[in-house]
Amino acid sequence: MVATFSSTGRDTFVGSPQSRVDGPAKVTGLAKYAGEFAAPDLAHGYVVSSTIAKGSITAVDTAAAEAVPGVIKVFTHENRPRTAWLNYNYQDAVAPPGAPFRALYDDKIHYSGQPVALVVAEDFETARHAAALVKLDYEAEEPLTDTEAARDLAYVPPKKRNGIKPPPEPWGDPEGAYDRAPVKLSQDYRLAIEHHNPMEPHASTVVFEGDGKYTVYDKIQGVSNSQGYLASVFGLNKDDLRVMNPYLGGGFGSGLRPQYQLFLAMLAARELERSVRVALTRDQMWSFTYRPDALQTIALGADRDGALRSLRHDAIGGTSHFEDYQEVVVNWSGVLYKCENVALTYKIAKLDTFTPGDMRAPGAVTGVFAIETAMDELAYATGVDPIELRLRNFTDHDQTAQDKPFGSKALKSCFSEGAERFGWSRRDPEPRSMREGRELVGWGMATGVWESMMMQSGAHAILSADGKLEVGNSTGDIGTGTYTILTQIAADTLGLAMEDVTTKLGDTRLPEAPVAGGSWTAASSGTAVMKACRDVAEQAFRLARQMENSPLANVDLDRVVFTGGRIEVAGDPGRGVSLVEAMRAGGVDRLEATAQGAPDKDFNDAYEAYTHSAIFAEVKVDEELGQVRLTRVVSAVAAGKILNPKTARSQILGGVVMGIGSALEEESMLDHRLGRFMNHNLGEYHVPVNADIYDIDVIFVDEEDKANPLGVKGLGEIGIVGTAAAIANAVYHATGKRIRHLPITVDKILA
Amino acid sequence: MLIESGSPVPADTKVGISLTINGEARALQVAPWTTLLDLLREQLDLTGTKKGCDHGQCGACTMLVNGTRVNACLTLAVMRDGAEITTVEGLARLANPGGGSNGLHPIQEAFIEHDAFQCGYCTSGQLCSSVGMMNEGHAHSRDEIREAMSGNLCRCGAYTNIVDAIEDVMQPGATQGAAR
Repeated sequence: MVATFSSTGRDTFVGSPQSRVDGPAKVTGLAKYAGEFAAPDLAHGYVVSSTIAKGSITAVDTAAAEAVPGVIKVFTHENRPRTAWLNYNYQDAVAPPGAPFRALYDDKIHYSGQPVALVVAEDFETARHAAALVKLDYEAEEPLTDTEAARDLAYVPPKKRNGIKPPPEPWGDPEGAYDRAPVKLSQDYRLAIEHHNPMEPHASTVVFEGDGKYTVYDKIQGVSNSQGYLASVFGLNKDDLRVMNPYLGGGFGSGLRPQYQLFLAMLAARELERSVRVALTRDQMWSFTYRPDALQTIALGADRDGALRSLRHDAIGGTSHFEDYQEVVVNWSGVLYKCENVALTYKIAKLDTFTPGDMRAPGAVTGVFAIETAMDELAYATGVDPIELRLRNFTDHDQTAQDKPFGSKALKSCFSEGAERFGWSRRDPEPRSMREGRELVGWGMATGVWESMMMQSGAHAILSADGKLEVGNSTGDIGTGTYTILTQIAADTLGLAMEDVTTKLGDTRLPEAPVAGGSWTAASSGTAVMKACRDVAEQAFRLARQMENSPLANVDLDRVVFTGGRIEVAGDPGRGVSLVEAMRAGGVDRLEATAQGAPDKDFNDAYEAYTHSAIFAEVKVDEELGQVRLTRVVSAVAAGKILNPKTARSQILGGVVMGIGSALEEESMLDHRLGRFMNHNLGEYHVPVNADIYDIDVIFVDEEDKANPLGVKGLGEIGIVGTAAAIANAVYHATGKRIRHLPITVDKILA
Repeated sequence: MLIESGSPVPADTKVGISLTINGEARALQVAPWTTLLDLLREQLDLTGTKKGCDHGQCGACTMLVNGTRVNACLTLAVMRDGAEITTVEGLARLANPGGGSNGLHPIQEAFIEHDAFQCGYCTSGQLCSSVGMMNEGHAHSRDEIREAMSGNLCRCGAYTNIVDAIEDVMQPGATQGAAR
């Protein structure tokens, strides 16, 4: 049975809106982030960034910087202490194929903003001041940072990135079917480069504990990844490296891989034998990973009633010279729509930038924007309502995966419930047909899709003699609510109050779990916690049965329930024993278990697993000012069981807001002559502010899924996918202008 | 040793100032270039106030100076000699001046109730900005709250919940149930 998992047969906390258990720590300022942990001898490192994008360093002069009182040491490639030699040692748990970037490795410059020196001083201000005195001479070469200019150099990545499905082989006769189709359209789509920009800039504090031991606080979405990386790069024993990160000030993917500030902080701490913190500045948040640009073309051939006859989706994404970053951009088109003649291709092109990385719904934000805009164009070309068009091409099977059925797919409910809430039936499809005062009004919709995944994860549960329970593992709560949902799951499994459960995360001394990403944490860590708690429950039950005159003496485990801190016979609440009594009688002061959550192989052999959504957007466009206001969004989501409607809703809200950023605001602008991002600050890189966000309505439709015992499918990404297409489609409906290159800024509306 | 700018101020110069921080009078020696933000975070271990950009663009460092919200990253500590400072760590005390700090300020409770944050990194600034905004008394509607809170970025996108929380404190009960 999927719908419930507490032994009582009904959930108490799971499925109900619960406030975040980490709320009090966050609203009082007590929650500490990686760059905020103190140490008695803490030194501060400040990074000097390269001013050219390509070439080499010809001279280094650190004399003036080193002469500043309070400066301890200036590290450059000329005096860098030894670290591991082989590229292999620098590959973290989620690295794409290639040779990972090494800060201060040699005189070569690979990208603008590359760290070229680290100034370590007694205090932050001295380090910052001295960093300005480091003099570097460069020999600059011409950089190539324009994906369009690199189009002809694009290639199919020879080595595939782990976990990223390459496009399937084409099927049918896409070209012939396109030629024969009565309705054809072929267009190019593009999304600007985006930077994650979590509110907390990346920072690492390495506390030197003496005797070759370190405690490291790192801004990372899973501390095990940092620990493995540091052990490998610096030749340290994992037992000597405790990595922690109880709170993360946002990640969105930028904290999946250990970033260069961790390497630099560790390098300095080891060399100086003292504690070192390196915090990046906001502008240095443009000096590492980003969501890559992709050149996309979609060609659709259809019958006059909208049925797809041919579907082609090609994409060229950017990567760096040192790694082959890959994401799933084009497969979504094949996953979403039934079509007998399909070609999907994906290539990458090398640029003189840092390696792009996963940013919230990597690849899907890019590719689904394109296909969902194209489908809207097809709706207009055929005169079929956009929802009806999607229903006519609906599929229950994943054609990109041997036509396996979906484990669950309540997308039709998303369409119907979302349309109902939005009032879609009142829409006049004619562009420019709706007006309110000086503003044109437009309504658009799109589908969202994201993979539902699970990763091998450990977790433990420890029940103490006072009836308090601790659960946890090493993954991070990146703001998603993981502390809270794990507390709910643990409380329900053992029949405790949430107040009696403490969840610990972000510490390598806890059972190992992967980075928090891909929307897999609820399923993975949640299952592991539930299993560990069940194990503890069984241990407590055995003790209870062994008690003298135990009311449970002749009762089997499947006939008892865990509720109110007691083990009771189901349907006979008076007949039971408290957990505390059972432990006391058994003479134990703690019951402990460690368990693993892992993907269900049988399920995965039989089914494909995705979350889906339908997004409806209303825009108001002032044509004279070129201004687009997004006044209303309805996001209807099918993502299996919802553990906590309150935090779940927030995840979708956050995804939608970031999708609004994608659609209307976010754009990291490269000056291709300099190979540099020009708008590297939050004044010029616009993200949505409070005044940009009006009403967002979130619906979770009923969906039962059996990929894991909890029935959850994950929520971190689905809120953003498709949102930009719904907005672009609404802008078309309002104005009659089809904008295929995001973001939709004033200049494009006025053009 | 003179500092590089050619300023006649020696690098080790400290200036004596007094600040009342969350109700506690402090006599402090600070460098003239130390921001209020760095003073609190780096020297006084008051890390509740966050550094998101150090440029006055994100609002994460918002705190109350004499009841007015300011970006502490753009404020030199020496500019505020004699000022009364309230940070997120002191908000509860602000609401319960006589008692201890066990309870929370109503805005803190409302942020929890309405799930007005996710990662928590902008939260201190949002909370102090909310209190400062209410002190200003200019915002009376959701639209006005949105506008007046637009100096505080939230990358997790909790904006609608932030507005719900503020509205709830300004007009208790106004958005009850809206957080669901």
